[in-house]
Amino acid sequence: MSHAAELPLWAAILVALFLLVGAALALIGSYGFYSLKSFYDRIHAPTLGTSWGTGAIVMASMICFTVLQSRLVVHEILIGIFVTVTMPVTLMLLGRAALYRDRAEKNPDVPAMDPAPGSLLASEEEEPAAGPDAAAP
Amino acid sequence: MSEMVLLVAVTAAQAMLAVAMALALTRMIRGPRAQDRVLGLDTLYVNAMLMLLVFGIRTGSTLYFEAALVIAILGFVATAALAKFLMRGEVIE
Repeated sequence: MSHAAELPLWAAILVALFLLVGAALALIGSYGFYSLKSFYDRIHAPTLGTSWGTGAIVMASMICFTVLQSRLVVHEILIGIFVTVTMPVTLMLLGRAALYRDRAEKNPDVPAMDPAPGSLLASEEEEPAAGPDAAAP
Repeated sequence: MSEMVLLVAVTAAQAMLAVAMALALTRMIRGPRAQDRVLGLDTLYVNAMLMLLVFGIRTGSTLYFEAALVIAILGFVATAALAKFLMRGEVIE
């Protein structure tokens, strides 16, 4: 790490802080993914690493290379934007696929069908005369 | 001084990311169902991408950034295709 000696102390401390925060968030997310019970719990945990874990490490890399090359180096932000944009798409697809598979197997842990539009927000007082099947959550 | 601060932080970050990759890999191997394995692969590639970024900071070269970008793009395509496969049973209809 010969290049690190050229880094001023404030930049080194900032980079170190962002690196530790990002890696710790990724570790917490992966540990949650490892230890949570059901798939629908587990699908939430890795987003910790993909949102601010990635954000902090990208920030550390940007600060490090900006100070080292004494010019603005921001191409790492491509990774941040890309991961931020694609990860919700991926997880929505995966969650819908898992729900589809669970419903196809008639798994009792998942609701049998989607609730009617607006039925979660508008509860009893709006549609009191709904059928018994529509009242199921 | 700044070299030592950075060295300690980079080593600790790499150790934490390695543990995170091991946890994701364990869940990918054990995972009771197919969607757990796909999500494990997703977590694994994100952690590997972060590990490459930390490698780039450690060596001071920007080459690793491109590898990390390629991993991010290919990982997104892989997970989307696998989720589609789980949903429909085929990737391209």
